[in-house]
Amino acid sequence: MNIAILSGKGGTGKTTVSTNLALALNFNYIDCDVEEPNGFLFLKPEIEKTERVMVEYPVIYDKECIACGECVKACQFNALAKVRDKIFLFEKLCHGCGACEIVCKYGAVTYDKREVGKIESGKVRDINCSRGILNIGEPMAVPVIKQLLKDLKGENNLIDCPPGTSCNVVNTLRYVNAAILVTEPSEFGLHDLKIAVGVVNMFDIPFGIIINKDDGKDNIIRQYSRKENIEIIGSIPYRRDIAQAYSKGEILYDNTKFKPIFEKLANRSKEVLKWN
Amino acid sequence: MKVGISTSGKNNDSLLDKRFGRCEYFQIHDTNTGEIKVLENEGKKASGGAGIAASNQLIDEKIDVIITGNLGPNAFELIEIEGIKAYKCEDIAVSKVLEKYNKGELQGITMSGPAHHGGSK
Amino acid sequence: MELVVLSGKGGTGKTTISTALSELARNVMRVDCDVEASNFYMYYKGRDLEKEDFYGGKIAILDKEKCIQCGKCEEVCRFDAINNFEIDSFACEGCGACTLVCNQGAIALEDEKVADTFITETDQGIIARAEMGIGSDASGLLISFLRKKAKQFNEDEKLTIIDGSPGIGCPVIASVTGSYAVLIVTEPTKSGLEDLKRVVTLCEHFEVFTMVCINKYDINKEVANEIEDFVNTSGLELVGKIPYDDMVMKSINELKPITFYKDSIAEKAIEHMWENIKKLI
Repeated sequence: MNIAILSGKGGTGKTTVSTNLALALNFNYIDCDVEEPNGFLFLKPEIEKTERVMVEYPVIYDKECIACGECVKACQFNALAKVRDKIFLFEKLCHGCGACEIVCKYGAVTYDKREVGKIESGKVRDINCSRGILNIGEPMAVPVIKQLLKDLKGENNLIDCPPGTSCNVVNTLRYVNAAILVTEPSEFGLHDLKIAVGVVNMFDIPFGIIINKDDGKDNIIRQYSRKENIEIIGSIPYRRDIAQAYSKGEILYDNTKFKPIFEKLANRSKEVLKWN
Repeated sequence: MKVGISTSGKNNDSLLDKRFGRCEYFQIHDTNTGEIKVLENEGKKASGGAGIAASNQLIDEKIDVIITGNLGPNAFELIEIEGIKAYKCEDIAVSKVLEKYNKGELQGITMSGPAHHGGSK
Repeated sequence: MELVVLSGKGGTGKTTISTALSELARNVMRVDCDVEASNFYMYYKGRDLEKEDFYGGKIAILDKEKCIQCGKCEEVCRFDAINNFEIDSFACEGCGACTLVCNQGAIALEDEKVADTFITETDQGIIARAEMGIGSDASGLLISFLRKKAKQFNEDEKLTIIDGSPGIGCPVIASVTGSYAVLIVTEPTKSGLEDLKRVVTLCEHFEVFTMVCINKYDINKEVANEIEDFVNTSGLELVGKIPYDDMVMKSINELKPITFYKDSIAEKAIEHMWENIKKLI
């Protein structure tokens, strides 16, 4: 069972929910927020393995290349330039699509690999943890996300998604069977929740909502969920001591005050997401 | 000598466009023949790599000089390697830009910035 | 002159602060570049002066009538976007490799609409913003487009305040390049500090004048001090320390900028920060 935790808006508590819920459910934890992976700050797993994420990029051989410029024209991403009868590649713009190799009639294009990020994995308590880290300055996160998720075994995994509803999120959702949307009871939270619901609906998977920083009232999130027939898995109350514990990088689940919240969320998640 | 200027319009009284990669047009003034060629900037529509697309276009046109507001690191590198002289100017009318250029009043664009590339081996 | 407000991680209060600064600076142009979670504009009711379809990259479209099902396109696609002669538009990156191998002319690249862009006139000035299509990405092109639109409507060259995107990817890069200054809004949490470091590295890479403010700093004074140390050793400017204030939640719920709440301690701190920023930019 692979459950994605996502939120339209950043900062609603995705990582708070996913790290603590992973412990409560005894699921593996996978941090797909590769631009800003924060889950390990809380879980502090012992890193056992680091892998590099490599992408292919074209290498043009001077000997064969006559600088006809066909590869430059074929590149949809402007990653190639023709200067002084040589072809230059701008790696960070390259999507590794292979179009340049296809058009080259002189066999001057081959591929090499370069690193765009890393994957770290380890264990904490009984669960396996892994995270993807995109190298600074690299614009494309998808190769890191794909490598992180492609080897998901038949275990139970909780996947901490990137914020928003972009390509990164869509690529993460392809690997999951269920989703939990984390939101907060504010106009912003609702606005962005609606967008997240739109994305999840594209995948036809069961999903539910967790309200973080909840005021306990019949707020706009509850009203919206009722209207749209979306189940609320539960909520985490808006409390300063919770915010403070989070700021220190503490695991709320380890605190006897907060543990019951996550036990309850774990049980409700199983119900709502129909996991057996 | 072919002088390229990034502009927001097609005429002599159009203003220089300070962006290079995403300017509207390039006006290429041939100082020998007096000919003026106006091109729509290919970088304008680019999702990414606008500076590279614009540079490719101007390199193909075999210009000798580019006058613009600034150059991003990718464009700067290409322009430099090709041997095109780059000058910076404010967003004034094209006619005034050329006046200043002819009087030698324009400052060259120099920049050290990181550009990442591979390519020919 | 463009001041870009960034945060690295989400939820630090970037939009609360960019809104407040735009109110304090009064006559400004606003650009909501946080296009995947567009909240800046929600504070302002206005009338849309312009709405445009925005076309980002391209995607491949297959013409079934011309397709002879030879499978060459599927073979060549490195993104697993073609399966059983159907193109998955979410996986397709618009590279065109398939169009190069199809002998039947059955596949072509077409412009893909990725967003609606708006120029909205409010009683506080104009805001340029976008609403992304689902699964679509903010791109350098879209951000540049919004910045350009804002310039078009900003003939008298007012200060432009840009609410940036979270993270350190392409859209952030596009908001930062060529801007005058960046204000990074961070929070005193371990995650906040980690992400601050990443954004700072990015800003240094693009050589932009960078200022930092710590929002909700009294939630954890220890980490706040760590952040302050980091800012100082990095040679950046710490322009503000904003205390945690419940009134901020109230202002968000009432959709009124925090500057309307004169009793708010956060508001006073933001005013103080604005004075600091003015001296520097």
